[in-house]
Amino acid sequence: MTALLRSLALALALLLPLAAGAVEPGEKLADPALEARARGISQHLRCLVCQNQSIDDSNAGLAKDLRVLVRERLTAGDTDEQVMDFVVQRYGSFVLLKPPFKPETYALWLGPAAILLVAGFGVAVFLRRRRTEAVVESAPLTEAEKRRLAALTDGSTP
Amino acid sequence: MRRLIALLPLAVFAVVAGYFLVNLTSGRDPRELPSALIDQPAPQFALPPLEAVGKPGLGTADLKGQVHLVNFFASWCVPCRAEHPVLVRLAEQGTVPVVGIAYKDKPEASAAWLGQLGNPYGRIGVDLNGRAAIDWGVTGVPETFIVDREGRIRYRHWGPIDPVAMEQKILPLVKELQR
Repeated sequence: MTALLRSLALALALLLPLAAGAVEPGEKLADPALEARARGISQHLRCLVCQNQSIDDSNAGLAKDLRVLVRERLTAGDTDEQVMDFVVQRYGSFVLLKPPFKPETYALWLGPAAILLVAGFGVAVFLRRRRTEAVVESAPLTEAEKRRLAALTDGSTP
Repeated sequence: MRRLIALLPLAVFAVVAGYFLVNLTSGRDPRELPSALIDQPAPQFALPPLEAVGKPGLGTADLKGQVHLVNFFASWCVPCRAEHPVLVRLAEQGTVPVVGIAYKDKPEASAAWLGQLGNPYGRIGVDLNGRAAIDWGVTGVPETFIVDREGRIRYRHWGPIDPVAMEQKILPLVKELQR
């Protein structure tokens, strides 16, 4: 049991640096609630130098400057939306790691669903056609065939 | 009809491959992002001068009245060194006033750099903490903006300006705005 607890503690301790991101101790705000909001905002803002990291994860100089800026705005009393808007005004919607839902991004958000719909329609048409092809009605038996069939079944009762 | 449907995957492949081919061969750097500030008024800022060079500082009000080229540079930035002769030549021609913003650079290092390579800037603002650069949406040096008479940003050049970009993009736009 203690061995298990000890390994769990070790695993947690090893994961701790991952949770810390790139935030340097000097950048942190004294107020834990504000710091938590700053971390949340930073995780949704793209670092414009590395582009596939958030500013919370990136060590780039610009990312650090933006982290400090986000904390300054929060301390000055901005809401989360105001801070986001402040950055978007300067760098465009690309800084948002989660793109907003607006006319320019309809294709992005609705595209996959549209493709699924079209593909689903195609599959449905294909399956329906295959089923109707499979149950093609055979021509009814002629009188001669019926008589022959009757003769065969009569003569071969099991 | 059936044969056409059989060709559909090939057609989709051709479209996708064509898209990749165009974008791979366009020579465009995918790290370059469109500026969010095109056709917006230049941001509010006021930067102190670089004392050792003896040129005035730079602020929003200084950009009104005539077309300006605003260049963000730093002595530690290698591409800036590559671009510098192009700016010096432009300043010598006197076509358009060139103003500079020293981005996160020690003032003495900026001054030494300009002393060594020549100073094309009529005004220089010192942006020690990079805050003005964030207001301009700068992602890295060098970046250059063309600001029109009304003080609106009309063009942003990302990365070093080479003579071709100067001749084909920047000078024609400057002349058009000066008309």
